[in-house]
Amino acid sequence: MSLEGKTPLSTYAPNTWCPGCGNFGLLSAVKQVLLHLKEDNKLHQVVLVSGIGCHAKIVDYLAVNSFYSIHGRVLPVAWGIKMANPSLIVIGHAGDGDAYGEGISHLIFAAKRNTDLTFLVHNNRVYGLTTGQFTPTSPKKFKGRSTPFGSPEEPLNPIEIMLASKATFVARSYVGRPKHLAYIIKEAIKHPGFAFIDVLQPCYTFFNTYNFYNQYVREIPPSHPRENLEAALELARRWDYGEKAQEIPIGIFYQIKRPTFEEEALIKKHPSFDLKAYVAQNHS
Amino acid sequence: MQKKFEINILFGGQAGDGIRQLGTLWAKLLAKRGLYVFLYDDYPSLIRGGHNFSIVRAANYPVETHKDQVDLIVALDLETINRHHHHLSEKGFILSEGKTSQGFSLPWSKTVKEAGVPRIMKNTVALGSLAKFCGISFEELSQVVKKLPQAEKNLEMAQKGYNLIPQTISLPSLPEEKRFLFYGNEAIALGAVAAGLKFYIAYPMTPASSILHYLAARRETFGVNVIHPENEIAAVLAALGSAYTGSPAMVGTSGGGFALMVEALSLSAQAEIPITFVECQRPGPSTGVPTYTMQGDLEFVLHAGHGEFPRVVLAPGDAFQAFYLTALALSLAWRYQIPTFILSDKHLSESLFCQNLPEKIPQISYKKWHKKDEYQRYSFEEDGISPLAFPGDKRAVVKATSYEHDPFGITTEEAEMIARMQAKRLKKENLLLQETEKLLETKGPERVPALVCWGSSKGAVQEVCKALGLRFIQPLVLRPFPKRALEKALAPASKVIVCETNATGQLAKLLKYHDLEVDEVILRYDGRPFTTDSLKKKVEPLI
Repeated sequence: MSLEGKTPLSTYAPNTWCPGCGNFGLLSAVKQVLLHLKEDNKLHQVVLVSGIGCHAKIVDYLAVNSFYSIHGRVLPVAWGIKMANPSLIVIGHAGDGDAYGEGISHLIFAAKRNTDLTFLVHNNRVYGLTTGQFTPTSPKKFKGRSTPFGSPEEPLNPIEIMLASKATFVARSYVGRPKHLAYIIKEAIKHPGFAFIDVLQPCYTFFNTYNFYNQYVREIPPSHPRENLEAALELARRWDYGEKAQEIPIGIFYQIKRPTFEEEALIKKHPSFDLKAYVAQNHS
Repeated sequence: MQKKFEINILFGGQAGDGIRQLGTLWAKLLAKRGLYVFLYDDYPSLIRGGHNFSIVRAANYPVETHKDQVDLIVALDLETINRHHHHLSEKGFILSEGKTSQGFSLPWSKTVKEAGVPRIMKNTVALGSLAKFCGISFEELSQVVKKLPQAEKNLEMAQKGYNLIPQTISLPSLPEEKRFLFYGNEAIALGAVAAGLKFYIAYPMTPASSILHYLAARRETFGVNVIHPENEIAAVLAALGSAYTGSPAMVGTSGGGFALMVEALSLSAQAEIPITFVECQRPGPSTGVPTYTMQGDLEFVLHAGHGEFPRVVLAPGDAFQAFYLTALALSLAWRYQIPTFILSDKHLSESLFCQNLPEKIPQISYKKWHKKDEYQRYSFEEDGISPLAFPGDKRAVVKATSYEHDPFGITTEEAEMIARMQAKRLKKENLLLQETEKLLETKGPERVPALVCWGSSKGAVQEVCKALGLRFIQPLVLRPFPKRALEKALAPASKVIVCETNATGQLAKLLKYHDLEVDEVILRYDGRPFTTDSLKKKVEPLI
């Protein structure tokens, strides 16, 4: 028996996403990027880390190194992997419940420390695998199974949060624009530092937003000054993740260079350590 | 044989007076004379003010605990005398700045003020006075003082303190053997480094924080990365990420912090990722009493985590054991791909011990993948232990997972596979038991009452056993439970008395659960450790 499935990079695991699931588009974009890394002879250096939820099944469907972690904890796991072996290409996958609910402290800190990772949030704005409850990015008044009379909370705007948290690469894409998505993922992997992508991804079963996104999504024009935080914030505020929109910008909102955590914080040399001499010198 | 000698000194003052440093310097001074020393540190949870004290016991025979009664009080403030004069022995002395009929009144503050040095150097002046009082030469004293920062000024202050007082008593010295001074947490840190630790990841929490501080300050020397993340949850998960790549990691915290790590403990078990937890207990529940001691988390650590899986829980009782068992905890974690625990407490972690180091130190090693066939992270093996490969290996796809899985690490919900994987993981426990069952300390005559203890109670219990001619029994491993070894050790005892510093007798309950008889239980749960004199009084009526 072999791990490999019938198509390149796939495994024998049967795919259990619903028909029409936005995750299919994301999987195919990730595959495209991984195939390029394979051509460059770098596939063995890739580690995918996932949380828990529909998004997370992606690691079962790809024949590459992976750590299928727990809900909300993708980033600390990915960070530990990158710190311990900085030559690895670490790509985190999380759902919006993972990234913006259970694990939001880790998201803010990953951005703050600029750890060299790519982080893709499969943001369908609903809990899928637990069968339809509101998430931190569901619009206000969203009727889910835990909020049958409508969510009383305003949605978070993760782009704004990331900009405020000093992330050095902040982007948004949409599974309905597969080429755009693959391009953004490639740019994110190339970026030295914490690269954040909020991927808009309809949940066909519990929150079908295809029509909504198709209507309002606009690619950020090349003229947008990427290093300008004010311009990035202005773009980010054009849509508040609410029920209504006039325009939903996708693309790279912000990108700057800053030393990574791994460059700043890890010890440089690994000397051989003589315990007996050390103890005699320092503990007598 | 030399006559038995011991001297117990209490150093007291406000937080910020450098009481612990004063005690530590005194301990170093006497250790250099070849004496055995032990330091107990008592301090409240605040930064400035309050009342701190350290008790240093020194003797010409091994000591691993302190006494309530002291021979000398070195009081850097008057509060010290008010609080502790009733602990002073009849013929004891007080060195202080106040008037006293039982010792010397010494102008330490005035000395510091006149010299225009920082106020904290009062502790060096006091050390000078104490050294002279005890007949220690200035040459000996300066050996210790000159290692301090601002050595010149400190030497000057030590000299001034030395000149304030006449020699009154004299201390013996022993031919110096190879013994070192370690705080319990330093021994834990060093044991981990010696075994091959690469990452120590921790969020500050008393009484575990000094492991973090000790390693952080020496990370380049030790070749260990030391990371302080946003919380305990991130600490343990980053440690698991590190171990997944083949880089050994340890985390350290107290009960409240460990509570936050429990979810990841189960992850380590399901994903079979090696990790070592250091849990330094303090009185709970909840915030409890942060800077005091209690052996209250044994049941918590034995049972923490959802699901069923093997683990190792080791409970050292002194610095030597802390060093050895921490190295062993890392070694076992990697050889068996399981979570392992060092269960310490404030009394072990923050007391100073005078001991040597083990000759043979357990090392991290693991079953390597032989690069034949396709790699399966969770392959079925005779002993339940699948060979390890790490990401970056061109021939292996390494899939770790929190889900139940098949040998490749792909999620499964198949009945047969679930049962086989559960059995695969649990299989390790029998092998483990064979290896850890021998971790039991026993001393003294057999057919007499036995005192059974664990962890930091060791020092006091051992000494009481020696004084009263009783059997001493200390299991160093609490899971896998060493039932047969304990059965054998307890069988000849005329009576079994369990001593522990918690309110419900958690070791006693564990023994009873395993059908071992317990006759009496001596408990202390006021945040203070057993002392030899207080414990002896409790044991005597029971034997």
